Amino acid sequence: MTDIATYNFAYLDEQTKRMIRRAILKGIAIPGYQVPFASREMPMPYGWGTGGVQVTASIIGPDDVLKVIDQGADDTTNAVSIRAFFKKVAKVAVTTETAKATIIQTRHRIPEHPLNAGQVLVFQVPIPEPLRFLEPRETETRKMHALEEYGLMHVKLYEDIARHGRIATTYAYPVKVEGRYVMDPSPTPKFDNPKMHRSPALQLFGAGREKRIYAVPPFTDVVSLDFEDHPFEVQTFDQPCALCAAENVYLDEVILDDHGGHMFVCSDTDHCEKRRADPSSPLSEGRAEGAGGGDLAASPATPSPALRAAPPHDGEGKEAR
Amino acid sequence: MTDEPLLRVSELSKFYGSRVGCEAISFDLWPGEVLAVVGESGSGKTTLLNCLSTRLLPSSGTASYRMRDGQWRELYRMSEAERRFLMRTDWGFVHQNPADGLRMTVSAGANVGERLMAVGDRHYGRIRATAVDWLSRVEIDEDRIDDEPRAFSGGMRQRLQIARNLVTGPRLVFMDEPTGGLDVSVQARLLDLLRGLVTDLGLAAIVVTHDLAVARLLSQRMMVMKDGRVVESGLTDRVLDDPRAPYTQLLVSSILQV
Repeated sequence: MTDIATYNFAYLDEQTKRMIRRAILKGIAIPGYQVPFASREMPMPYGWGTGGVQVTASIIGPDDVLKVIDQGADDTTNAVSIRAFFKKVAKVAVTTETAKATIIQTRHRIPEHPLNAGQVLVFQVPIPEPLRFLEPRETETRKMHALEEYGLMHVKLYEDIARHGRIATTYAYPVKVEGRYVMDPSPTPKFDNPKMHRSPALQLFGAGREKRIYAVPPFTDVVSLDFEDHPFEVQTFDQPCALCAAENVYLDEVILDDHGGHMFVCSDTDHCEKRRADPSSPLSEGRAEGAGGGDLAASPATPSPALRAAPPHDGEGKEAR
Repeated sequence: MTDEPLLRVSELSKFYGSRVGCEAISFDLWPGEVLAVVGESGSGKTTLLNCLSTRLLPSSGTASYRMRDGQWRELYRMSEAERRFLMRTDWGFVHQNPADGLRMTVSAGANVGERLMAVGDRHYGRIRATAVDWLSRVEIDEDRIDDEPRAFSGGMRQRLQIARNLVTGPRLVFMDEPTGGLDVSVQARLLDLLRGLVTDLGLAAIVVTHDLAVARLLSQRMMVMKDGRVVESGLTDRVLDDPRAPYTQLLVSSILQV
Protein backbone atom coordinates (compact mmCIF):
# COMPACT_ATOMS: atom_id res chain seq x y z
CA MET A 1 0.00 0.00 0.00
CA THR A 2 2.81 2.38 0.85
CA ASP A 3 4.26 2.54 -2.63
CA ILE A 4 0.92 2.52 -4.48
CA ALA A 5 -0.29 5.47 -2.44
CA THR A 6 2.17 7.70 -4.25
CA TYR A 7 0.42 7.10 -7.58
CA ASN A 8 -2.99 8.06 -8.85
CA PHE A 9 -4.98 5.09 -10.16
CA ALA A 10 -3.39 3.99 -13.43
CA TYR A 11 -0.60 6.56 -13.02
CA LEU A 12 -2.19 9.46 -14.96
CA ASP A 13 -4.10 12.17 -13.10
CA GLU A 14 -7.86 12.30 -13.62
CA GLN A 15 -7.81 15.46 -15.77
CA THR A 16 -5.33 13.89 -18.15
CA LYS A 17 -7.35 10.70 -18.42
CA ARG A 18 -10.41 12.79 -19.13
CA MET A 19 -8.60 14.65 -21.90
CA ILE A 20 -7.38 11.41 -23.44
CA ARG A 21 -10.84 9.82 -23.21
CA ARG A 22 -12.27 12.76 -25.10
CA ALA A 23 -9.66 12.24 -27.82
CA ILE A 24 -10.53 8.54 -27.90
CA LEU A 25 -14.25 9.26 -28.18
CA LYS A 26 -13.62 11.67 -31.02
CA GLY A 27 -11.42 9.10 -32.70
CA ILE A 28 -14.17 6.49 -32.42
CA ALA A 29 -16.68 8.94 -33.83
CA ILE A 30 -14.48 9.60 -36.88
CA PRO A 31 -12.91 6.21 -37.68
CA GLY A 32 -9.34 6.51 -38.90
CA TYR A 33 -9.02 10.24 -38.21
CA GLN A 34 -5.95 11.27 -36.23
CA VAL A 35 -7.03 13.22 -33.18
CA PRO A 36 -4.36 15.44 -31.62
CA PHE A 37 -4.01 15.10 -27.85
CA ALA A 38 -1.77 16.54 -25.18
CA SER A 39 0.55 13.59 -24.77
CA ARG A 40 2.19 13.42 -21.33
CA GLU A 41 5.65 12.48 -20.26
CA MET A 42 5.60 8.85 -19.26
CA PRO A 43 8.21 7.00 -17.22
CA MET A 44 9.60 5.40 -20.38
CA PRO A 45 11.24 6.73 -23.52
CA TYR A 46 9.36 7.66 -26.67
CA GLY A 47 9.25 4.71 -29.03
CA TRP A 48 8.59 2.24 -26.22
CA GLY A 49 4.85 2.65 -26.24
CA THR A 50 4.14 5.93 -24.47
CA GLY A 51 1.07 6.46 -26.63
CA GLY A 52 -0.30 2.99 -26.03
CA VAL A 53 0.34 3.22 -22.29
CA GLN A 54 -1.54 6.52 -22.04
CA VAL A 55 -4.52 5.08 -23.92
CA THR A 56 -4.51 1.97 -21.75
CA ALA A 57 -4.18 4.05 -18.57
CA SER A 58 -7.19 6.13 -19.59
CA ILE A 59 -9.52 3.22 -20.30
CA ILE A 60 -8.43 0.68 -17.71
CA GLY A 61 -10.55 0.00 -14.62
CA PRO A 62 -9.99 -2.17 -11.55
CA ASP A 63 -11.96 -5.05 -13.09
CA ASP A 64 -10.02 -5.18 -16.31
CA VAL A 65 -7.70 -8.00 -17.25
CA LEU A 66 -4.66 -6.78 -19.13
CA LYS A 67 -2.51 -8.56 -21.67
CA VAL A 68 0.54 -6.88 -23.19
CA ILE A 69 2.35 -8.20 -26.23
CA ASP A 70 5.36 -7.05 -28.14
CA GLN A 71 5.82 -8.52 -31.63
CA GLY A 72 3.29 -11.12 -30.54
CA ALA A 73 5.26 -12.21 -27.49
CA ASP A 74 4.20 -11.85 -23.86
CA ASP A 75 7.71 -12.35 -22.55
CA THR A 76 9.75 -9.58 -24.11
CA THR A 77 11.15 -6.59 -22.24
CA ASN A 78 8.58 -4.11 -23.42
CA ALA A 79 5.63 -6.39 -22.71
CA VAL A 80 6.91 -7.48 -19.30
CA SER A 81 7.64 -3.92 -18.16
CA ILE A 82 4.32 -2.48 -19.26
CA ARG A 83 2.45 -5.37 -17.66
CA ALA A 84 4.38 -4.84 -14.43
CA PHE A 85 3.70 -1.11 -14.64
CA PHE A 86 -0.07 -1.54 -14.72
CA LYS A 87 0.04 -4.25 -12.11
CA LYS A 88 1.70 -1.71 -9.87
CA VAL A 89 -0.18 1.49 -10.66
CA ALA A 90 -3.66 0.06 -11.33
CA LYS A 91 -3.45 -3.22 -9.44
CA VAL A 92 -5.26 -4.93 -12.27
CA ALA A 93 -5.19 -8.62 -13.07
CA VAL A 94 -2.87 -9.51 -15.91
CA THR A 95 -2.89 -12.46 -18.22
CA THR A 96 -1.11 -13.84 -21.24
CA GLU A 97 -4.25 -15.50 -22.58
CA THR A 98 -5.84 -13.58 -25.42
CA ALA A 99 -9.34 -14.88 -24.71
CA LYS A 100 -9.28 -13.87 -21.04
CA ALA A 101 -8.01 -10.32 -21.53
CA THR A 102 -10.34 -7.34 -21.68
CA ILE A 103 -7.61 -4.95 -22.78
CA ILE A 104 -4.71 -6.04 -24.95
CA GLN A 105 -1.95 -3.55 -25.49
CA THR A 106 0.15 -4.52 -28.47
CA ARG A 107 3.21 -3.54 -30.36
CA HIS A 108 3.36 -4.78 -33.96
CA ARG A 109 0.92 -7.70 -33.87
CA ILE A 110 -2.71 -8.66 -33.59
CA PRO A 111 -3.16 -11.93 -31.67
CA GLU A 112 -3.92 -15.06 -33.70
CA HIS A 113 -6.84 -15.97 -31.44
CA PRO A 114 -9.91 -14.16 -32.80
CA LEU A 115 -10.96 -11.18 -30.69
CA ASN A 116 -14.44 -10.84 -29.25
CA ALA A 117 -16.87 -8.03 -28.76
CA GLY A 118 -16.02 -6.20 -25.57
CA GLN A 119 -12.28 -6.59 -25.94
CA VAL A 120 -10.13 -3.54 -26.62
CA LEU A 121 -6.93 -3.72 -28.61
CA VAL A 122 -4.54 -0.83 -27.92
CA PHE A 123 -1.78 -0.30 -30.49
CA GLN A 124 1.50 1.46 -29.87
CA VAL A 125 2.15 3.66 -32.88
CA PRO A 126 5.51 5.22 -33.76
CA ILE A 127 4.41 7.23 -36.82
CA PRO A 128 0.65 7.76 -37.19
CA GLU A 129 0.79 9.63 -40.50
CA PRO A 130 0.66 7.19 -43.44
CA LEU A 131 1.63 9.96 -45.86
CA ARG A 132 4.65 11.09 -43.87
CA PHE A 133 7.36 9.68 -46.10
CA LEU A 134 5.64 10.88 -49.24
CA GLU A 135 4.78 14.38 -48.10
CA PRO A 136 6.86 15.67 -45.20
CA ARG A 137 4.72 18.77 -44.49
CA GLU A 138 2.19 18.02 -41.76
CA THR A 139 0.08 21.03 -42.83
CA GLU A 140 -0.16 19.52 -46.30
CA THR A 141 -0.91 15.95 -45.19
CA ARG A 142 -3.72 17.19 -42.95
CA LYS A 143 -5.17 19.03 -45.90
CA MET A 144 -4.85 15.90 -48.00
CA HIS A 145 -6.78 13.91 -45.37
CA ALA A 146 -9.39 16.65 -45.15
CA LEU A 147 -9.90 16.74 -48.91
CA GLU A 148 -9.56 12.98 -49.30
CA GLU A 149 -6.63 13.40 -51.71
CA TYR A 150 -5.07 9.99 -51.48
CA GLY A 151 -3.54 9.59 -54.93
CA LEU A 152 -0.11 9.89 -53.39
CA MET A 153 -0.56 6.75 -51.33
CA HIS A 154 -0.91 4.80 -54.55
CA VAL A 155 2.24 6.46 -55.87
CA LYS A 156 4.13 4.60 -53.15
CA LEU A 157 2.51 1.30 -54.11
CA TYR A 158 3.23 2.06 -57.79
CA GLU A 159 6.89 2.57 -56.90
CA ASP A 160 6.94 -0.78 -55.13
CA ILE A 161 5.63 -2.59 -58.17
CA ALA A 162 7.93 -0.70 -60.54
CA ARG A 163 10.96 -1.63 -58.46
CA HIS A 164 10.14 -5.07 -57.14
CA GLY A 165 7.47 -6.35 -59.47
CA ARG A 166 4.98 -6.56 -56.62
CA ILE A 167 3.81 -4.47 -53.69
CA ALA A 168 6.80 -4.90 -51.40
CA THR A 169 5.39 -3.07 -48.40
CA THR A 170 5.12 -5.77 -45.75
CA TYR A 171 4.27 -3.81 -42.62
CA ALA A 172 2.56 -0.50 -41.85
CA TYR A 173 0.56 -1.30 -44.97
CA PRO A 174 -1.90 1.56 -45.59
CA VAL A 175 -5.60 0.89 -45.15
CA LYS A 176 -8.75 2.84 -45.87
CA VAL A 177 -11.14 2.96 -42.94
CA GLU A 178 -14.89 2.97 -43.55
CA GLY A 179 -14.30 4.26 -47.09
CA ARG A 180 -12.94 7.59 -45.88
CA TYR A 181 -9.64 8.02 -44.05
CA VAL A 182 -6.39 6.38 -45.06
CA MET A 183 -4.74 5.08 -41.90
CA ASP A 184 -1.43 3.59 -40.86
CA PRO A 185 -2.28 0.37 -39.03
CA SER A 186 0.94 0.88 -36.98
CA PRO A 187 3.89 -1.30 -37.98
CA THR A 188 1.94 -4.54 -37.80
CA PRO A 189 2.77 -6.99 -40.58
CA LYS A 190 0.28 -6.74 -43.43
CA PHE A 191 -0.57 -10.32 -42.47
CA ASP A 192 -2.69 -8.80 -39.71
CA ASN A 193 -4.52 -6.25 -41.87
CA PRO A 194 -7.45 -8.56 -42.70
CA LYS A 195 -7.99 -9.12 -38.96
CA MET A 196 -8.78 -5.43 -38.53
CA HIS A 197 -11.59 -5.60 -41.07
CA ARG A 198 -14.95 -5.73 -39.29
CA SER A 199 -13.31 -6.88 -36.08
CA PRO A 200 -15.77 -7.19 -33.18
CA ALA A 201 -13.15 -5.66 -30.85
CA LEU A 202 -12.54 -1.95 -30.43
CA GLN A 203 -9.14 -0.94 -31.80
CA LEU A 204 -7.41 2.13 -30.38
CA PHE A 205 -4.12 3.60 -31.57
CA GLY A 206 -1.88 5.83 -29.48
CA ALA A 207 1.18 7.70 -30.73
CA GLY A 208 2.87 9.37 -27.75
CA ARG A 209 5.69 11.26 -29.42
CA GLU A 210 3.50 12.39 -32.31
CA LYS A 211 0.61 13.19 -29.96
CA ARG A 212 -2.10 11.51 -32.00
CA ILE A 213 -4.87 9.08 -31.13
CA TYR A 214 -7.03 7.29 -33.66
CA ALA A 215 -9.51 4.47 -33.53
CA VAL A 216 -11.32 1.77 -35.44
CA PRO A 217 -14.70 1.04 -33.83
CA PRO A 218 -16.03 -2.55 -33.84
CA PHE A 219 -17.38 -3.85 -37.16
CA THR A 220 -15.73 -1.12 -39.23
CA ASP A 221 -14.55 -1.67 -42.79
CA VAL A 222 -10.76 -1.68 -43.01
CA VAL A 223 -9.59 -2.21 -46.56
CA SER A 224 -5.95 -2.50 -47.61
CA LEU A 225 -5.08 -0.30 -50.58
CA ASP A 226 -4.03 -2.02 -53.80
CA PHE A 227 -4.24 -1.98 -57.59
CA GLU A 228 -6.82 -3.85 -59.61
CA ASP A 229 -4.11 -5.84 -61.36
CA HIS A 230 -1.94 -6.17 -58.23
CA PRO A 231 -4.39 -7.05 -55.48
CA PHE A 232 -3.48 -7.00 -51.80
CA GLU A 233 -2.17 -10.28 -50.44
CA VAL A 234 -0.77 -11.34 -47.08
CA GLN A 235 2.51 -13.09 -46.41
CA THR A 236 2.56 -16.86 -46.68
CA PHE A 237 5.03 -19.27 -45.12
CA ASP A 238 6.44 -22.44 -46.64
CA GLN A 239 6.56 -24.34 -43.37
CA PRO A 240 4.31 -24.51 -40.36
CA CYS A 241 5.51 -23.35 -36.94
CA ALA A 242 8.47 -25.53 -35.89
CA LEU A 243 7.14 -25.81 -32.34
CA CYS A 244 3.37 -26.20 -32.65
CA ALA A 245 3.01 -26.96 -36.37
CA ALA A 246 0.44 -24.21 -36.76
CA GLU A 247 -0.29 -23.11 -40.29
CA ASN A 248 -1.70 -19.81 -41.51
CA VAL A 249 -0.15 -17.93 -38.63
CA TYR A 250 2.56 -15.31 -38.66
CA LEU A 251 6.00 -16.79 -38.04
CA ASP A 252 9.21 -15.30 -36.69
CA GLU A 253 12.59 -16.54 -37.79
CA VAL A 254 14.64 -17.40 -34.72
CA ILE A 255 18.41 -17.81 -34.98
CA LEU A 256 19.58 -20.78 -32.94
CA ASP A 257 23.36 -20.75 -33.14
CA ASP A 258 26.34 -19.29 -34.93
CA HIS A 259 26.30 -21.92 -37.66
CA GLY A 260 23.27 -20.79 -39.60
CA GLY A 261 20.79 -22.83 -37.56
CA HIS A 262 17.38 -21.23 -37.50
CA MET A 263 13.73 -22.10 -37.13
CA PHE A 264 10.40 -20.47 -37.86
CA VAL A 265 8.06 -20.29 -34.87
CA CYS A 266 4.77 -18.58 -34.10
CA SER A 267 5.24 -14.92 -33.33
CA ASP A 268 2.20 -15.17 -31.03
CA THR A 269 3.68 -16.98 -28.00
CA ASP A 270 0.34 -17.47 -26.27
CA HIS A 271 -1.14 -19.11 -29.34
CA CYS A 272 1.90 -21.40 -29.68
CA GLU A 273 1.97 -22.43 -26.03
CA LYS A 274 -1.76 -23.14 -26.02
CA ARG A 275 -1.45 -25.44 -28.98
CA ARG A 276 1.46 -27.33 -27.48
CA ALA A 277 -0.23 -27.70 -24.10
CA ASP A 278 -3.47 -28.98 -25.60
CA PRO A 279 -3.30 -32.78 -25.29
CA SER A 280 -6.22 -33.31 -27.67
CA SER A 281 -4.30 -31.66 -30.43
CA PRO A 282 -2.79 -34.19 -32.80
CA LEU A 283 -0.13 -31.64 -33.56
CA SER A 284 1.58 -32.06 -30.23
CA GLU A 285 3.01 -35.40 -31.41
CA GLY A 286 3.77 -34.25 -34.90
CA ARG A 287 5.95 -31.61 -33.36
CA ALA A 288 8.62 -34.04 -32.18
CA GLU A 289 9.16 -35.26 -35.73
CA GLY A 290 8.79 -31.83 -37.22
CA ALA A 291 11.37 -30.40 -34.89
CA GLY A 292 13.61 -33.30 -35.86
CA GLY A 293 17.33 -32.55 -35.62
CA GLY A 294 19.56 -32.70 -32.56
CA ASP A 295 20.07 -28.94 -32.68
CA LEU A 296 16.44 -28.29 -32.12
CA ALA A 297 16.05 -30.90 -29.42
CA ALA A 298 18.87 -29.25 -27.51
CA SER A 299 17.39 -25.82 -27.85
CA PRO A 300 14.90 -24.53 -25.29
CA ALA A 301 11.26 -25.15 -26.11
CA THR A 302 10.59 -21.48 -26.21
CA PRO A 303 13.39 -19.38 -27.56
CA SER A 304 14.75 -16.92 -25.06
CA PRO A 305 13.26 -13.43 -25.16
CA ALA A 306 16.54 -11.95 -26.33
CA LEU A 307 16.27 -13.94 -29.53
CA ARG A 308 12.63 -13.33 -30.17
CA ALA A 309 12.59 -9.67 -30.88
CA ALA A 310 14.87 -6.75 -31.34
CA PRO A 311 14.49 -4.13 -28.63
CA PRO A 312 11.98 -1.45 -29.50
CA HIS A 313 13.41 1.81 -30.69
CA ASP A 314 12.38 4.92 -32.54
CA GLY A 315 11.31 4.83 -36.13
CA GLU A 316 11.04 1.07 -36.14
CA GLY A 317 13.19 0.64 -39.20
CA LYS A 318 10.71 2.41 -41.44
CA GLU A 319 12.05 2.73 -44.92
CA ALA A 320 13.74 6.09 -45.01
CA ARG A 321 11.53 7.50 -47.71
CA MET B 1 -12.16 27.84 -81.62
CA THR B 2 -15.51 28.41 -80.06
CA ASP B 3 -17.16 31.75 -79.67
CA GLU B 4 -16.86 31.66 -75.91
CA PRO B 5 -13.65 32.29 -74.00
CA LEU B 6 -12.19 29.79 -71.56
CA LEU B 7 -11.08 32.26 -68.95
CA ARG B 8 -12.31 35.76 -68.22
CA VAL B 9 -10.24 38.00 -66.03
CA SER B 10 -11.57 41.32 -64.87
CA GLU B 11 -9.82 44.07 -62.90
CA LEU B 12 -7.56 41.67 -61.06
CA SER B 13 -5.27 43.27 -58.48
CA LYS B 14 -2.92 41.92 -55.88
CA PHE B 15 -1.28 44.11 -53.28
CA TYR B 16 1.41 43.06 -50.86
CA GLY B 17 0.62 45.52 -48.12
CA SER B 18 0.91 48.90 -49.81
CA ARG B 19 3.15 47.49 -52.54
CA VAL B 20 1.60 46.61 -55.87
CA GLY B 21 1.94 43.06 -57.13
CA CYS B 22 -0.26 43.51 -60.17
CA GLU B 23 -3.07 45.96 -60.72
CA ALA B 24 -6.27 46.12 -62.74
CA ILE B 25 -5.52 43.27 -65.13
CA SER B 26 -8.34 42.33 -67.51
CA PHE B 27 -8.28 39.93 -70.43
CA ASP B 28 -10.08 36.97 -71.99
CA LEU B 29 -8.38 33.76 -72.97
CA TRP B 30 -9.90 31.57 -75.69
CA PRO B 31 -9.59 27.80 -75.96
CA GLY B 32 -6.44 26.76 -77.80
CA GLU B 33 -4.88 30.17 -77.44
CA VAL B 34 -1.41 30.81 -76.06
CA LEU B 35 -0.99 34.09 -74.26
CA ALA B 36 2.48 35.31 -73.34
CA VAL B 37 3.00 37.65 -70.42
CA VAL B 38 6.31 39.45 -70.76
CA GLY B 39 8.10 42.11 -68.80
CA GLU B 40 11.20 42.58 -66.70
CA SER B 41 11.61 40.86 -63.38
CA GLY B 42 9.52 42.45 -60.67
CA SER B 43 6.88 43.58 -63.12
CA GLY B 44 4.21 41.34 -61.56
CA LYS B 45 4.13 38.55 -64.14
CA THR B 46 4.52 35.74 -61.67
CA THR B 47 2.11 37.35 -59.20
CA LEU B 48 -0.48 37.45 -61.95
CA LEU B 49 0.17 33.83 -62.89
CA ASN B 50 -0.08 32.71 -59.27
CA CYS B 51 -3.35 34.58 -58.84
CA LEU B 52 -4.81 33.05 -61.99
CA SER B 53 -3.78 29.55 -60.97
CA THR B 54 -5.29 30.20 -57.51
CA ARG B 55 -1.98 29.59 -55.80
CA LEU B 56 -2.45 33.14 -54.50
CA LEU B 57 -5.69 34.92 -53.72
CA PRO B 58 -5.98 38.37 -55.32
CA SER B 59 -6.83 41.49 -53.33
CA SER B 60 -9.65 42.38 -55.68
CA GLY B 61 -11.09 41.51 -59.07
CA THR B 62 -12.59 38.36 -60.50
CA ALA B 63 -11.62 35.51 -62.76
CA SER B 64 -14.16 33.08 -64.22
CA TYR B 65 -13.40 29.79 -65.84
CA ARG B 66 -15.61 27.81 -68.19
CA MET B 67 -15.71 24.24 -66.83
CA ARG B 68 -15.90 21.19 -69.08
CA ASP B 69 -19.66 21.11 -68.70
CA GLY B 70 -19.91 24.66 -70.05
CA GLN B 71 -20.67 26.20 -66.65
CA TRP B 72 -18.93 29.41 -65.71
CA ARG B 73 -17.36 29.29 -62.28
CA GLU B 74 -15.74 32.12 -60.42
CA LEU B 75 -12.32 30.87 -59.36
CA TYR B 76 -12.02 32.67 -56.07
CA ARG B 77 -15.45 31.55 -54.90
CA MET B 78 -14.75 27.87 -55.41
CA SER B 79 -13.94 25.73 -52.40
CA GLU B 80 -10.37 24.70 -51.90
CA ALA B 81 -11.26 21.10 -52.69
CA GLU B 82 -12.76 22.14 -56.05
CA ARG B 83 -9.78 24.33 -56.87
CA ARG B 84 -7.32 21.58 -56.08
CA PHE B 85 -9.32 19.15 -58.15
CA LEU B 86 -9.32 21.57 -61.08
CA MET B 87 -5.59 22.06 -60.61
CA ARG B 88 -4.83 18.37 -61.05
CA THR B 89 -7.30 17.55 -63.79
CA ASP B 90 -8.24 20.41 -66.09
CA TRP B 91 -5.19 22.56 -65.45
CA GLY B 92 -1.45 22.20 -65.44
CA PHE B 93 1.30 24.28 -63.89
CA VAL B 94 4.82 24.12 -65.27
CA HIS B 95 7.29 25.63 -62.85
CA GLN B 96 10.51 27.30 -63.86
CA ASN B 97 12.42 24.99 -61.55
CA PRO B 98 11.35 21.40 -62.29
CA ALA B 99 12.17 20.40 -58.72
CA ASP B 100 9.18 22.49 -57.60
CA GLY B 101 6.79 20.65 -59.87
CA LEU B 102 8.14 17.13 -59.65
CA ARG B 103 8.47 14.62 -56.88
CA MET B 104 12.19 14.17 -56.97
CA THR B 105 12.27 10.99 -54.89
CA VAL B 106 9.84 8.89 -56.90
CA SER B 107 10.43 7.47 -60.36
CA ALA B 108 9.61 9.24 -63.60
CA GLY B 109 6.77 6.80 -64.23
CA ALA B 110 5.19 7.52 -60.86
CA ASN B 111 5.57 11.25 -61.47
CA VAL B 112 3.58 10.95 -64.66
CA GLY B 113 1.12 8.52 -63.10
CA GLU B 114 0.43 10.51 -59.95
CA ARG B 115 -2.33 12.60 -61.46
CA LEU B 116 -4.01 9.51 -62.86
CA MET B 117 -3.94 7.86 -59.45
CA ALA B 118 -5.18 11.08 -57.88
CA VAL B 119 -8.30 10.96 -60.04
CA GLY B 120 -8.91 7.35 -59.14
CA ASP B 121 -7.13 5.13 -61.66
CA ARG B 122 -6.30 1.93 -59.83
CA HIS B 123 -4.93 -0.24 -62.63
CA TYR B 124 -1.14 -0.48 -62.54
CA GLY B 125 -0.73 -1.78 -66.09
CA ARG B 126 -2.85 0.98 -67.56
CA ILE B 127 -1.11 3.70 -65.57
CA ARG B 128 2.27 2.42 -66.66
CA ALA B 129 1.26 2.20 -70.31
CA THR B 130 0.06 5.80 -70.20
CA ALA B 131 3.31 6.85 -68.55
CA VAL B 132 5.35 5.11 -71.25
CA ASP B 133 3.29 6.81 -73.92
CA TRP B 134 3.76 10.25 -72.38
CA LEU B 135 7.47 9.79 -71.84
CA SER B 136 7.88 9.01 -75.53
CA ARG B 137 5.82 12.07 -76.44
CA VAL B 138 8.20 14.29 -74.51
CA GLU B 139 11.19 12.42 -75.96
CA ILE B 140 12.33 10.61 -72.85
CA ASP B 141 13.55 7.06 -73.45
CA GLU B 142 11.25 4.36 -72.16
CA ASP B 143 14.05 2.70 -70.23
CA ARG B 144 14.33 5.78 -67.98
CA ILE B 145 10.81 5.22 -66.65
CA ASP B 146 12.01 3.79 -63.33
CA ASP B 147 14.73 6.38 -62.77
CA GLU B 148 14.24 9.22 -60.33
CA PRO B 149 14.18 12.72 -61.82
CA ARG B 150 17.27 13.44 -59.74
CA ALA B 151 19.18 11.42 -62.30
CA PHE B 152 17.80 13.52 -65.17
CA SER B 153 19.35 16.54 -66.86
CA GLY B 154 17.68 19.94 -66.56
CA GLY B 155 16.04 19.66 -69.98
CA MET B 156 14.76 16.15 -69.29
CA ARG B 157 13.34 17.23 -65.95
CA GLN B 158 11.49 20.05 -67.62
CA ARG B 159 10.07 17.69 -70.26
CA LEU B 160 9.08 15.24 -67.53
CA GLN B 161 7.30 18.03 -65.71
CA ILE B 162 5.39 18.83 -68.88
CA ALA B 163 4.39 15.19 -69.35
CA ARG B 164 3.26 15.01 -65.73
CA ASN B 165 1.03 18.02 -66.26
CA LEU B 166 -0.45 16.97 -69.56
CA VAL B 167 -1.31 13.37 -68.71
CA THR B 168 -4.85 14.16 -67.59
CA GLY B 169 -5.56 16.09 -70.81
CA PRO B 170 -5.87 19.56 -69.28
CA ARG B 171 -7.42 22.44 -71.20
CA LEU B 172 -5.38 25.22 -69.62
CA VAL B 173 -1.70 25.18 -68.70
CA PHE B 174 0.17 27.84 -66.78
CA MET B 175 3.87 28.09 -67.47
CA ASP B 176 6.31 30.12 -65.46
CA GLU B 177 9.50 30.66 -67.46
CA PRO B 178 9.40 27.12 -68.87
CA THR B 179 12.77 27.51 -70.59
CA GLY B 180 14.54 29.47 -67.87
CA GLY B 181 17.91 28.11 -66.88
CA LEU B 182 18.30 25.85 -69.91
CA ASP B 183 21.03 26.27 -72.48
CA VAL B 184 19.97 27.45 -75.93
CA SER B 185 20.00 24.17 -77.84
CA VAL B 186 17.98 22.46 -75.10
CA GLN B 187 15.68 25.48 -75.03
CA ALA B 188 15.11 25.20 -78.75
CA ARG B 189 14.12 21.55 -78.52
CA LEU B 190 11.84 22.21 -75.59
CA LEU B 191 10.14 25.07 -77.39
CA ASP B 192 9.71 22.91 -80.45
CA LEU B 193 8.16 20.19 -78.31
CA LEU B 194 5.88 22.60 -76.47
CA ARG B 195 4.71 24.15 -79.71
CA GLY B 196 3.90 20.72 -81.10
CA LEU B 197 2.01 19.63 -77.99
CA VAL B 198 0.04 22.84 -77.70
CA THR B 199 -1.08 22.58 -81.33
CA ASP B 200 -1.81 18.84 -81.20
CA LEU B 201 -3.79 18.99 -77.99
CA GLY B 202 -5.46 22.34 -78.60
CA LEU B 203 -4.23 23.57 -75.23
CA ALA B 204 -4.79 27.05 -73.98
CA ALA B 205 -1.74 28.35 -72.17
CA ILE B 206 -0.57 31.36 -70.26
CA VAL B 207 3.20 31.60 -70.52
CA VAL B 208 5.13 33.96 -68.32
CA THR B 209 8.54 34.76 -69.71
CA HIS B 210 11.08 37.53 -69.88
CA ASP B 211 12.41 36.05 -73.10
CA LEU B 212 10.75 37.73 -76.08
CA ALA B 213 11.97 34.99 -78.42
CA VAL B 214 10.07 32.40 -76.40
CA ALA B 215 6.98 34.59 -76.54
CA ARG B 216 7.31 34.99 -80.31
CA LEU B 217 7.67 31.26 -80.90
CA LEU B 218 4.92 30.04 -78.60
CA SER B 219 2.25 32.64 -78.34
CA GLN B 220 -0.39 34.16 -80.53
CA ARG B 221 -1.13 37.00 -78.18
CA MET B 222 0.97 38.91 -75.74
CA MET B 223 0.69 41.24 -72.77
CA VAL B 224 3.57 43.48 -71.77
CA MET B 225 3.70 44.31 -68.06
CA LYS B 226 5.54 46.99 -66.19
CA ASP B 227 5.23 47.87 -62.50
CA GLY B 228 2.24 45.61 -62.08
CA ARG B 229 0.22 47.06 -64.95
CA VAL B 230 -0.32 45.99 -68.53
CA VAL B 231 1.29 48.62 -70.73
CA GLU B 232 0.52 47.03 -74.07
CA SER B 233 -1.27 43.99 -75.40
CA GLY B 234 -2.09 42.59 -78.81
CA LEU B 235 -1.08 39.96 -81.34
CA THR B 236 2.45 38.81 -80.67
CA ASP B 237 3.79 39.69 -84.12
CA ARG B 238 2.22 43.12 -84.01
CA VAL B 239 3.59 43.93 -80.56
CA LEU B 240 7.07 42.76 -81.38
CA ASP B 241 7.30 44.22 -84.89
CA ASP B 242 5.49 47.45 -84.19
CA PRO B 243 5.73 48.22 -80.49
CA ARG B 244 3.74 51.29 -79.49
CA ALA B 245 4.29 51.84 -75.80
CA PRO B 246 7.67 53.38 -75.02
CA TYR B 247 8.47 50.60 -72.58
CA THR B 248 7.74 47.93 -75.18
CA GLN B 249 9.94 49.74 -77.66
CA LEU B 250 12.72 49.71 -75.08
CA LEU B 251 12.16 46.03 -74.39
CA VAL B 252 12.20 45.04 -78.05
CA SER B 253 15.26 47.13 -78.80
CA SER B 254 17.07 45.56 -75.84
CA ILE B 255 17.26 42.15 -77.48
CA LEU B 256 20.85 41.27 -78.19
CA GLN B 257 21.53 40.62 -81.85
CA VAL B 258 23.96 37.83 -82.57
